[in-house]
Amino acid sequence: MEWPKNTERNKNLRQVIAFTSFKLLSYAVVMILFLILAQIIYKGISVISWEFLTAMPEDGMTKGGIFPAIVGTFYLVLGSMVFAFPIGVLSAIYINEYTKDSFYKRFIKLMTNSLAGIPSIVFGLFGMTLFVNTLGFGDSILAGSLTLGLLTLPVVIRTTEEALKSVDDSFRHGGYALGATKLQTIRRVVLPIAFPNIITGLILSIGRVSGETAPILFTVAAYFLPKLPTGIFDQVMALPYHLYVISTSGTNVAESQPIAYGTALVLIMIVLLVNIAANTLRRYLGKKVKMN
Amino acid sequence: MKYFLKKLTGKLIEGTLFLSSTVTTLTIILIVFFLFREGLSLFKHSPIEDGFVVAINSQNTVKKITSPQIMDIFDQEITNWEMVGGKNDSIILFRIDNITDYYTEEQMGDTLQHIPKLLSRLVDSIPGIVAFIPASYAGADFKGRILELDNISLRKFLTDKEWYPTAQPAAQMGVLALISGTLWVSLGAILLALPLGLATAIYMAEIANEKTRRVLKPLIELLAGIPSVVYGFFGLVIIVPLIQQVFDLPVGETGLAGSIILAIMALPTIITISEDALRTTPRAMKEASLALGANKWQTISRVTVPYAASGISAAAILGMGRAIGETMAVLMVTGNAAVMPHTLLEPVRTIPATIAAELGEATQGGLHFKALFALGCILFIITMMVNLTVEYISAKRKYSKR
Repeated sequence: MEWPKNTERNKNLRQVIAFTSFKLLSYAVVMILFLILAQIIYKGISVISWEFLTAMPEDGMTKGGIFPAIVGTFYLVLGSMVFAFPIGVLSAIYINEYTKDSFYKRFIKLMTNSLAGIPSIVFGLFGMTLFVNTLGFGDSILAGSLTLGLLTLPVVIRTTEEALKSVDDSFRHGGYALGATKLQTIRRVVLPIAFPNIITGLILSIGRVSGETAPILFTVAAYFLPKLPTGIFDQVMALPYHLYVISTSGTNVAESQPIAYGTALVLIMIVLLVNIAANTLRRYLGKKVKMN
Repeated sequence: MKYFLKKLTGKLIEGTLFLSSTVTTLTIILIVFFLFREGLSLFKHSPIEDGFVVAINSQNTVKKITSPQIMDIFDQEITNWEMVGGKNDSIILFRIDNITDYYTEEQMGDTLQHIPKLLSRLVDSIPGIVAFIPASYAGADFKGRILELDNISLRKFLTDKEWYPTAQPAAQMGVLALISGTLWVSLGAILLALPLGLATAIYMAEIANEKTRRVLKPLIELLAGIPSVVYGFFGLVIIVPLIQQVFDLPVGETGLAGSIILAIMALPTIITISEDALRTTPRAMKEASLALGANKWQTISRVTVPYAASGISAAAILGMGRAIGETMAVLMVTGNAAVMPHTLLEPVRTIPATIAAELGEATQGGLHFKALFALGCILFIITMMVNLTVEYISAKRKYSKR
């Protein structure tokens, strides 16, 4: 049978076919996500218990819990954020509020984008030579946090910049019209309005940092260290590295698989919680700002 | 006075802000400096580890020898000097551990002080010998001849296929297999991800209603948020066994497994950027198409997608860049065999995976260590080129729209 060309029916049939297949493909993407989540939640949930979260690993990491890895990841996130938050936010304020559409602005943006594109393993190499060796921090929380901090810096800058950009110029003009200086306008007008979006971006980057493995391989992560760190020059275990180790090169990969599922679930939970927290906060704070 | 103080604080704060904005640039400069300082020093170095030499009998006529030849000699694949351009004489291997085969402990002395003299005599007495010994034992009165090897060259580094970075006495530093492994896996990933990602982007930007979009968007964001090591773990427990069964392979850890995982990981990047690009199509253009009697699908395929083509290609390039640099997931599922890949159904090894897997074992400042940094340099250059291409495309888009 030959299809008549360019008739109304042919045209619409093609549209129906195209739209249906695009819809199905989109749902396939979502299905992939659900498949991953379902697999890890299904196998991981039975492993998770209070004891699993608060006990030390035992028997070559085939038994016991993942407490030191949780603590280690917590410290690394904290450390990297202490470094990346202020610098990132200040940097974004400078780019968005102080520079005009100049060469410098474009240059800084190019550099920020380039930094964001550098693979995480290269950050690992860099952190190892600069922080661990040249500055002599050794494998330590400090070295790992700084490496992770540099890695997230472009993300923090970008999200903060977006947040500042979304503040309408009329607010700034209003501030100036009332006789406020530039600094006062930024502090009292621009930042409060942009705050919900800034904080959302920052929270999302926490999720990012907690899952990064390659940058901490050679700067802080310990294979097996069943004690808690006492200072910033200590090595720590970390959740993502722990998952990598017990699922590929542990003493007994098959036996520690339940622990691996549990660790993966904890990592996923962190990402999920961070996402939910960010969205809730954005909605809540967004309302508040509007009311004012 | 008060005015002055206020102005000073303002300037101080502006200075702080300015300094913060330089941190990213500074980081890139430092990365380039440290990476290339370590990586480039590889090429000022002979393939023999520092502190060791390869010595032969002074009567031996062999003038020059390449590092693969040295490896073959010590692997006993080359057994006669004739095969490397010398006299017809069989090769006798000597490593420093073999010294006890020739001399007693008494002869070596209480503090091993006689070893240099003994080595010198040994190398002088056996015409076919090739000895791999510490350089400190081959001093001024050493009677053998020390073989000079060419430094590792950049050309060799990029075009050799043999990657035996810890081979003794001469390391084989050819990264072609690693580079092609990286490109194969990433290319496979983009071929899988692009159709799926583009379809989703078109669906979200043009077809789906606002409500569906508001559900899909955060789910895609979530997909981007899952840590790479979790993807790797998922690949290891689900995709690897699946591939092994479906294709009936001895091992499931293959390039294909890496491509599939990388494709999933590249999806959010491709979807988000393509969707943004599709959304920039001017309303007037779409309406003109509809007014001419085209239906929605014709408008999408002939107006919207062509208009956003450069943005979509930027998305594909960026997705590829991400795939090339991805470390952990690939390390966990590709099997890591450093050989030239022929199909995607073999184990392959990528550049980032090599660095992650081997840096822990490499001695600081040694040859292997430097070679891994040189790999890091290659990775840095590739991703930098990807970034600049994307910047160029998006700058051009902005310009042409004005």
